[in-house]
Amino acid sequence: MSNQEKHWEKSRGLLMITLAIWFVFSIGIFLFGAEMNEVTGPFGYPWTYWFTCQGSLGAFVILIFWFANRQEKIDEEFGFSEREDE
Amino acid sequence: MKRTNFIDNLPKVYGIYTGGFIGFIILMAIAEQMGMTAKAIGIAFVAFTVFIYALIGWLSRTAQADAYYVAGRQVPTVFNGMATAADWMSGASFVAMAGGIYFKGYGYMALLVGWTGGYVLVASLLAPYLRKFGCYTVPDFIGTRYGGNLARFSAVVVLTVASFTYVTAQINATGTIASVALDIPFQYAVYIGLISILLCSMLGGMRGVTWTQVAQYIVLIIAYLLPVFWISNKIGAGFFPHFMLADEVARIGELEAQFGFVKNSAADLATVPKGLAGITKAHSAVNATPWAFISLALAMMMGTASLPHVMMRYFTTPSVKAARKSVGWSLFFIFLLYSSAPMLATLSKLSLLDPNLSTGIIGKSITDVQAIDWYQNWNAANLMFVSDFNGNGTVELNEFFMGGKAVVLATPEIAGLPYVISGLVAAGGMAAAMSTADGLILAIANAISHDVYYKIIDPKAETAKRLVVARVLLVVIGFAGATIAAMEIQGILGSVIWAFDFAMSGLFFPLVLGVWWKRANRQGAIAGMLGGLAAGTWYLVWVRTGGSGFLGITQLTFGIFGSAVSLVAMVVVSLMTQEPDKATQKMVDEVRVPSGKTILGKQ
Repeated sequence: MSNQEKHWEKSRGLLMITLAIWFVFSIGIFLFGAEMNEVTGPFGYPWTYWFTCQGSLGAFVILIFWFANRQEKIDEEFGFSEREDE
Repeated sequence: MKRTNFIDNLPKVYGIYTGGFIGFIILMAIAEQMGMTAKAIGIAFVAFTVFIYALIGWLSRTAQADAYYVAGRQVPTVFNGMATAADWMSGASFVAMAGGIYFKGYGYMALLVGWTGGYVLVASLLAPYLRKFGCYTVPDFIGTRYGGNLARFSAVVVLTVASFTYVTAQINATGTIASVALDIPFQYAVYIGLISILLCSMLGGMRGVTWTQVAQYIVLIIAYLLPVFWISNKIGAGFFPHFMLADEVARIGELEAQFGFVKNSAADLATVPKGLAGITKAHSAVNATPWAFISLALAMMMGTASLPHVMMRYFTTPSVKAARKSVGWSLFFIFLLYSSAPMLATLSKLSLLDPNLSTGIIGKSITDVQAIDWYQNWNAANLMFVSDFNGNGTVELNEFFMGGKAVVLATPEIAGLPYVISGLVAAGGMAAAMSTADGLILAIANAISHDVYYKIIDPKAETAKRLVVARVLLVVIGFAGATIAAMEIQGILGSVIWAFDFAMSGLFFPLVLGVWWKRANRQGAIAGMLGGLAAGTWYLVWVRTGGSGFLGITQLTFGIFGSAVSLVAMVVVSLMTQEPDKATQKMVDEVRVPSGKTILGKQ
């Protein structure tokens, strides 16, 4: 396998993990919205309510920065990162 | 060299700007104490901020294609994040979102999840790869990746349908705010709004829009957060509302149980002015089925990743790496406002409902409420209404009605904040609507001038001529949008949601598969774009004309059907026709690595 194929395989793996986490916070937890809202969550808000106000939104912000850093590492590992003077 | 210095100085420039704006707010507050009228304050806020944007637009004027289309590809990540946030958060987000949450609760909050979660798709599936491509517009990517004028033209069609649906709502919003703040009829205010919008974009194109959007973000975020924090502290709900309103949310639940949701008769409701609504749904309870919630969130997420005016903001970053980080910053700046909207809805509702607060009106006598100053003002503006349906002389929960906009616009006044805050909120709403309208008009005009005029009609056109065409189109599209907005056909929020559905129907899979599936070819992409758009449009028309719909897909989520058709059409047609040639496959390989020159830079 060429260097580029390995790079792409790893990038694709990262994409799958990212999308899986995205799925949990955007879709997964809302499958159980009614049940989860009975439980008191962070700062005393009901869980589902808190996720729709802050939790999921914040998780997406963190997820994107985490993804960007991981992808940069993968690019560096295979020598595909951009040179600063380009 | 001069430009580089400008980029280095950005934090300082916008720091001074922010300080100046805060100084202006304080100046207005002092003027209010000294007897300046509410109307004069409103005019001063809107006029002063619009003047600053126009000044930035004029300073950013350019005659270079790179600067006009992609701001010279040198916008730093954090600033591009702010510009994207302003580009993204429309008049609807600013003025109508807290109101929607106030009235509809959980079911409506799917929009919060959808309009933020979509950025994960933007960052991971598309933005960095399109940046590597080095295109000027989204159809530029489609046209080069798939080849041929028909593919390029189909993308322009989808882009125009989606963005134009969106832009009329934004021009409508600027018109509404200008008409209230300047006290002129809506039909004229719309054109004043339009001229303000064009002042930012006409001379400098993307460069002008970028630097005004950063300025507009600063205004709109201050205008949104200041009242939320102020009200929360004033009614003793907590010094940092986002972390401290759990008791208030629970208290609203208690009050709802105590008052009960009484259903009004149709005859009673007929006496309520059009567009006003009462509280009929619980504040924090789960009131929608999982699929209703998830389908709306999913449609908004896929729509986010397909809307060209957002995508093209990531063409302006200096590198692929910066494009990825910039998506994160965009979402962070959006998060600041979106996470505050439910808090504003909570504070607003509690202020009105709780009999223990001096501002509470439920349970008070009708004549007392009708004598309150702010009630009279907002009743006159057709945004508030009480009526004694059961004839017991007191206001019940089901006898109080409000317009969706009133939650943002009237809450500062209800909570007893000085008028300077209301003026600030008007300026914020204006900034939100203007920035989005600018991004959208520019997206349409650039696609037509670059992709249709330059790439299809006259590939030999000189830069100067191309930019003249781009500017003429900008004005024409702006006026077309304003003319339709002046007719007031659709509501603001409904048409915004439709824009997302149109965009995802036609563009989501052709864009994503262009990067992630090498086998995708021209025929497949054309089938995906036109088939998806046609299917989505058909479903919308069918449901609007009395069709029953299926799978719980409503007129707000028709993009789910459209994009499903698009995916199937694209895969089937691609597999039935020849695979893309070697050169195209090599191009896809190059798009997938950040290093090296951009694809279009090589040609």
